[in-house]
Amino acid sequence: MTSRPEFSVVGKRERKVDGRALATGKPVFVADLRLPDTLHVKILGSPHAHARIVRIDTSAAEAMPGVACVLTHENTPPTRHTTAGQGFPEPSPYDARMFENKVRFIGDRVAAVAAESEAIALEALKAIEVEYEELEPVLSIDDALREGAPVIHDEADSTGIYDAARNIVADVDIDVGDVSAGFAGSDVVVESTCETQYAQHTPIETHVVLSYLDDAGRLVLRTSTQVPFHARRIVAQTLGIPIRDIRVIKPRIGGAFGTKQEVLLEDIAGLVTLRTGRPTLIRLTRKEEFVAARTRHPMRVRVKLGAGGDGVLRAIEMEAVSNTGAYGAHGLTVLANTGSKTLPLYNKAPNAHFFGQAVYTTLPVPGAYRGYGATQGYFPLETAMDELAERLGIDPIELRRLNHIRVGEGSPIFEKLGEGREGVEQTVKSCELERCLEIGAERIGWAEKRGKRLRDGPWVRGVGMSIMMQGSGIPMIDMAAATIKMNEDGSFNLLVGATDLGTGSDTILAQIAAEVLGVPVEWILVASSDTDFTPFDVGAYASSTTYVSGTAVQRAAEKVRDQIFAVAAPFLGAEAGALHLADGAVVGPSGRTMMLADACVRAMYESDQFQIAATASCVPAESPPPFLANFAEVAVDTETGGVKVLHYVAAVDCGVAINPTLAEGQMEGALVNGIGYALTEEMQISSRGRVRNPSLFDYKIPGMLDIPRLDVVLVESYEPTGPMGAKSVGEIGINGPIPTIANAIYDAVGVRLKETPFTPERVLAAIQAVEG
Amino acid sequence: MTITLTINGTRRTVDIDPGEKLLDLLRREGVMGVKVGCGSGDCGACAVLVDGRAVNSCLLYAAKADGAEVVTIEGLERDGALHPVQEAFLDEGGIQCGYCTPGMVISAVDLLSRNPDPTEDEIRQGLSGNLCRCTGYTKQIQAVRKAVERGRGGGRDD
Repeated sequence: MTSRPEFSVVGKRERKVDGRALATGKPVFVADLRLPDTLHVKILGSPHAHARIVRIDTSAAEAMPGVACVLTHENTPPTRHTTAGQGFPEPSPYDARMFENKVRFIGDRVAAVAAESEAIALEALKAIEVEYEELEPVLSIDDALREGAPVIHDEADSTGIYDAARNIVADVDIDVGDVSAGFAGSDVVVESTCETQYAQHTPIETHVVLSYLDDAGRLVLRTSTQVPFHARRIVAQTLGIPIRDIRVIKPRIGGAFGTKQEVLLEDIAGLVTLRTGRPTLIRLTRKEEFVAARTRHPMRVRVKLGAGGDGVLRAIEMEAVSNTGAYGAHGLTVLANTGSKTLPLYNKAPNAHFFGQAVYTTLPVPGAYRGYGATQGYFPLETAMDELAERLGIDPIELRRLNHIRVGEGSPIFEKLGEGREGVEQTVKSCELERCLEIGAERIGWAEKRGKRLRDGPWVRGVGMSIMMQGSGIPMIDMAAATIKMNEDGSFNLLVGATDLGTGSDTILAQIAAEVLGVPVEWILVASSDTDFTPFDVGAYASSTTYVSGTAVQRAAEKVRDQIFAVAAPFLGAEAGALHLADGAVVGPSGRTMMLADACVRAMYESDQFQIAATASCVPAESPPPFLANFAEVAVDTETGGVKVLHYVAAVDCGVAINPTLAEGQMEGALVNGIGYALTEEMQISSRGRVRNPSLFDYKIPGMLDIPRLDVVLVESYEPTGPMGAKSVGEIGINGPIPTIANAIYDAVGVRLKETPFTPERVLAAIQAVEG
Repeated sequence: MTITLTINGTRRTVDIDPGEKLLDLLRREGVMGVKVGCGSGDCGACAVLVDGRAVNSCLLYAAKADGAEVVTIEGLERDGALHPVQEAFLDEGGIQCGYCTPGMVISAVDLLSRNPDPTEDEIRQGLSGNLCRCTGYTKQIQAVRKAVERGRGGGRDD
């Protein structure tokens, strides 16, 4: 393993470069910009889960004073597209239109009104007359797959659907070796089927976009997005206008977690602005967000493991059925990830089979959500590993040790299963999972607490653990670019398409540039996510920004450094190769220095004048996995079924943590989101397909009183392919709580929870079932 | 109807709708640090100090703020210096996306004004009405403790 060099800026707990503006409430978010004559848009959602619009009459709405325009399927472009912001061509089907004469879930777009105020727009929605022909709804995976089920996408012009007539969006089936033979040759076989629920991202800022025309008449979209460049492309495609006529700006945004990797509002705002010439604001209410924005894919995943008596896995089979709701955005890729981000972890199994389908239902639309399928896969996988350990009489930690991937090893899964297509071969070059296990076990007190079932009245304690990996970007698909230009005081503008969602990526990228250029972070002026002024980047998803965009920044900085050396070399009387940068100066072999400011002034004003600047790109050849060991201590109330997480330890190997505070913050946020997903968060759907709890009162995300003692330990490795040795850390944490808590509940009370969330009702029912 | 209130030290007389909430009034008046998260008092992103106490401005009728002194996140700086809670949030990593930050900081300022040396449990209680989806709260709790520690060293006492 390559060892970690000495860093001066990397590895420091620098303040976020945008922190002060955020701490002081500066108007940096989408809706904080006020423009005169702004129109406000409200969207009419379908009251039916599945229906055809027979007639729509907007004349009364259009006649209302203060109404500027009304959009329906009768007056908007019919182009099929996907709302999923992914690499082009997208692996998601083109099954959506701006508006359509068919609606496929309660809340699906029927019409939009733009008016002088929200109140007028809401009044106008009521004046729209719609005659629906109700169709039979499809409200579950089984419902969708049954013989003779209603066809949800029966239109002729959708493309990229695996089998529309059977409601199957995507189908994945990959084989390594021969699992039947593997199971036949196993001493112990266990099987576990787990189901996960509808859950939502709930960023505190809902989806919001402000559109307007610039002085040249071009459309500007100031929007809360993870994918500015994809948003520009998709809006151009949807509205049928050239990419050159659109500029997308992502200002500060109030959280995303995957839901903003989707173009949900920009097309409507853009079209209203183009039709009226006026600025247009669309901001979803919390209720609208719950009903009509995106969710996590609910899944049913079955895992079968076979092992020899020595504990080494002989075969793994994973079957996943994913509910992708009314539209197929991210349907294939989330499904594929359920296998591709989990199975390589246990590469000792020579035989592996992953197969599954993503199916349409007439329910809310899932999309990208932190963890992206891996979360749903690790629940049954790590539950089954716990069962296997018990059957084998091996400690669960030891069973993981016997089977997990190590440095120098690969997995055939890496190659066979990628982003909805074949993947990329790779070997692991950094992995501190062993130390993660060691540290985690010690911190939780594994040896003292496991199997003790310590009782205090009705409360019984238990400990559980799990391990996992994720990736760092999408290999051979993702691309990021960065531009750096120098100013005559020795500062640098860093221009990146990369998209800071609040994660702190602007700060991370500034630290990487500052490290290469030998300056403090304050000398790196970051401008990000503006399609007119920053170079292309696919955006923030797939745990890619530090690894992929960070590499682009490092390369751009190295090019700029070389230009500075060329300017300074004659002055310092040395070869360029003998120079280095430190403390804002070029340092020669004799110790003689030239200040960066002087080098830039020389290049700008004095001799052989040119702009010191460079652009570099990165398309990653591989996707090095971060690794995580989770340990939790829980208490279960045997009378009520209540579960309390008392202590959660997460030891993570994310390579070099460019900024430890931000890396810990990614982990802590993901873990708490995962704890909510494990225990309380559930979109309740009525028998008609309606979301019954569309508020933050009824959909319970964790608050400060709900979180356990949380120990995040960064167990740093050095990833030789990463910028400054870094891998990713954005998503992995969210996969941990479900299996870890489930396994801890089993340790406490001897019941296996197979359905999330682990509500008191479910836990109590499971306890009572065991007690008979 | 017309009301008069003080917003971050400036007295303003404004026309309001009888049904208007303080949140909408503040944003209409250009005080954009007050954030919209839920509109139903569940998330705390819109918290402001009204006569020194944190309230969810999405629930409070603007009419009720007649005569009140309202302080928002924009009103915490003194002579260009941030409030110790703001500084601590920056140092401890209590801010990720920053959308919950104004309400969270306001709630913390309110808490410390009532209880200058809160225990961790009291911090959790005091800020339990503010939801954050990014940080997992750990660093925000640390930040409040840090602000308390610095306060002991002669920091501001508001």
